[in-house]
Amino acid sequence: MKQKLIIIGNGMAGMRTVEEILSRDADAYDITVFGTEPRENYNRIMLSPVLSGEKKFEDIIINTREWYAENGITLHAGDAVTAINADAKTVTAESGLTLSYDKLLLATGSDPFIIPVPGVNLPGVVTFRDLDDVNRMLEAAKFGGSAVVIGGGLLGLEAAVGLKANGMEVTVVHLMDTLMERQLDEAAGYLLASELEGRGLTVLTGANTQSILGDGKVGGLQLSDGTTIAADLVVMAVGIKPNVALAKDIGLDVGRGVVVNDLMQTSNPDIFAVGECVEHRGSTYGLVAPLYEMGRVLAGHLTGQDDVVYQGSVTSTKLKVTGVDVFSAGDFSGGEGTEDIVFRDASRGVYKRIVIRDDKIDGAVLYGDAKDGAWYFQLMKNGADITELRDTIVFGQAYAGGTHVDPSAAVAALADDAEICGCNGVSKSDIVNAITENGLTSLEGVKAHTKASASCGGCSGLVEQLLAVTLGDAYEVQTVKPMCGCTQHSHDDVRRLIMAKSMTSIPEVMQELEWTTPDGCSSCRPALNYYLLCAWPETYTDDNQSRFINERVHANIQKDGTFSVVPRMWGGMTSANELRAIADVVDKFAIPAVKVTGGQRLDLFGVQKKALPAVWADLNAAGMVSGHAYGKSLRTVKTCAGEQWCRFGTQDAIEMGIKLEKMTWGSWTPHKFKMAVSGCPRNCAEATIKDFGVVAVDSGYELHVGGNGGIEVRVTDYLCTVHSDAEVLEYAGAYMQLYREEARYLERTAPWVARVGLAHIKAHIVEDGEKCKALYERFLLSQTALQEDPWADRASGVKDAHEFSPLKIVA
Amino acid sequence: MWMEIGTVDEIPKLGARVVQSTGGDIAVFRTATDEIFALFDRCPHKGGALSQGIVHGKAVACPMHNWNIDLVTGEVQGPDNGCSRTVPVSVNGGVIRMQMPDVKATGTHG
Repeated sequence: MKQKLIIIGNGMAGMRTVEEILSRDADAYDITVFGTEPRENYNRIMLSPVLSGEKKFEDIIINTREWYAENGITLHAGDAVTAINADAKTVTAESGLTLSYDKLLLATGSDPFIIPVPGVNLPGVVTFRDLDDVNRMLEAAKFGGSAVVIGGGLLGLEAAVGLKANGMEVTVVHLMDTLMERQLDEAAGYLLASELEGRGLTVLTGANTQSILGDGKVGGLQLSDGTTIAADLVVMAVGIKPNVALAKDIGLDVGRGVVVNDLMQTSNPDIFAVGECVEHRGSTYGLVAPLYEMGRVLAGHLTGQDDVVYQGSVTSTKLKVTGVDVFSAGDFSGGEGTEDIVFRDASRGVYKRIVIRDDKIDGAVLYGDAKDGAWYFQLMKNGADITELRDTIVFGQAYAGGTHVDPSAAVAALADDAEICGCNGVSKSDIVNAITENGLTSLEGVKAHTKASASCGGCSGLVEQLLAVTLGDAYEVQTVKPMCGCTQHSHDDVRRLIMAKSMTSIPEVMQELEWTTPDGCSSCRPALNYYLLCAWPETYTDDNQSRFINERVHANIQKDGTFSVVPRMWGGMTSANELRAIADVVDKFAIPAVKVTGGQRLDLFGVQKKALPAVWADLNAAGMVSGHAYGKSLRTVKTCAGEQWCRFGTQDAIEMGIKLEKMTWGSWTPHKFKMAVSGCPRNCAEATIKDFGVVAVDSGYELHVGGNGGIEVRVTDYLCTVHSDAEVLEYAGAYMQLYREEARYLERTAPWVARVGLAHIKAHIVEDGEKCKALYERFLLSQTALQEDPWADRASGVKDAHEFSPLKIVA
Repeated sequence: MWMEIGTVDEIPKLGARVVQSTGGDIAVFRTATDEIFALFDRCPHKGGALSQGIVHGKAVACPMHNWNIDLVTGEVQGPDNGCSRTVPVSVNGGVIRMQMPDVKATGTHG
């Protein structure tokens, strides 16, 4: 029988250990995981970008619930272990569940340190440790106001910048004289403080918090010098302390953390510990790289596959604040026997200091230009003699050999064992081998195969350079492409920031994101209008002047300035009554041409603009509505005869098509969106070159996505097979909503699916019922606001009358 | 000949209306800052109706092929060449007056 391994802690250290065990011997243990937080395992380091709005929670999930299931791991999320019985070898959780173990792993992490001042228990005092904390901060930031962050270390500053990005006035209160004094020296700390002040934060150093003020909730903060600062939110980010409560209860050796030997074994031979809760050779760690090293060592030991030991870690630090480039490593306190090499460029805000002892690097602090951090760190870890490099070392690796300044030269020159990704311990050769063996061409590919850049993302630049060096001209550096000439921001960034900053109008977006033109251009305005409409379907007021003429007047402009009119024919069905009304309209308005479109309906060509409202009124009177043939919106749902008529039909394609069209008409999308339903695999409705295609089979419906019959023909990808009409509707709505929320304006589903990958679509629609349902619900909510016939209120002259009449007629 | 053609309010901000004249349609534009400009309603490229385009800054993007026309000079911006003929307008107390062009003039040149 398999041995039972219980892990207390569903965080980064514990789960990395599990991954390392699985990769060595997936059948070694029967694994059960207990976690205090009621959710899957996520990348805690990336909470800062979630707070600032640059990432979403889904982006930082490491292992989904499906992953646990697939690997046979039982997860008790939201059920904290409250007691261990080391004699009986059992653990008991909050829910009362008691399980026995053969081996137990403590990965309990750490708790935020709370300074014991009056008022710490007031509502509005939060810490910065988990997703709930982030949500509390985001909730508070909704009301604007001011926040005080106590603690000017890594975490405190990331919280401060994040809150500022959410529109709060932020003051950082730091006890020491220098920000991040454990990672930065005084000069770099000063540069950092100026940078943050330049961004509108207030930084108080040498400031000792005496009490938190407030009556019933937080109102402010008092410092020991008597200064008071008003605040609606106080974030306590002064440090962490290992969570050792359970270990203490059962009498394990505990110092600052749970004491472990070089095999990560505690004083009880069947109990192990990894991560922030651990004390090893007198040191505790709060960064991710050492935790991962511990996980590797322990996994090797538990699976009996290798007998490496943990010898402690040398760590380096990067601050995850966009636009601030900071790196530090080793000991830079200076002192006897050390020499400093310093480089300053005040105008560029660059500061570099290399501390040397006995011709070796002892420490390094880089500010403003940290790209050589990995190189210095490697030289330091290797204990390399730098005598020969000494004259140029401060200029970085590219200069060290006297060669040209080619950004990739530094990476090319790195040794094979040089560590590129500090978080995940991935070396240069690991990455280069992954690129060549798997034919990788993108950062995403390298991330998937090696985990390099998958944690803090700080090494993405280096990984891209390695791709460039390895692939040569075959690699095109993917730089962020701005939306248009009016801004530096990409489509994706703008969308994310609209949500993060709750921006609700085009002028607000242009103001907040520093557009370089007063009111944009014909490229960005329609895109912004769409993004805002998609973000706030219930409240956004559509900006007509930011729409292309066809969408503004709900007809298609033709080369001679006349318009064409296409009434909707549900699922391609029409009737004598509708055809008669159309024929009457053609006669009455002397419409010169009528054509059957590729989407199974009729197009009336050559209508004068001023006649449009009257044409619509007659069509409306016969029960017809706009076909949106002019819009970046749902166009048609093409159908075949289906089982009602066709001897081969397996399902009622017409009825299914009508249901789909009734649900989706009127929705605005990044580009036009076409569907089709075929009643059998002969596929007469050509569903496999549509944005969303349905092909009926005996057992139900095959769903296909991302097809296109335009300039570049693309056959759909097969998504899945479903069994009921209701499922077709749910999947179609969810898929359309995913496209609406993620694709860039004017990007058809075909390039979008190719860009994000079918796996991504499946992960949201097929593999996660909750995500699919949530998308579907958002789609339906949006439809309640958008699904109205645009012809009706224009036909009656209520809306946009100015569009259809001249300002003046001069005879 | 100067003629009253309407008021600023009758044209949407960042929009346009048309004055029909015997010499052809004239597009009257209103910018975000309520400045008024007028051009013959023909793009120098393929004759597209500029009045139907998206107005941005002091320019309009033709709805046919997205050429951008400067409202002040009538010149095509960017890499393309050509010019739409401008029509003088004045605004006083919200009332727009236009100097009606010579009937024989053509809409575009250059």
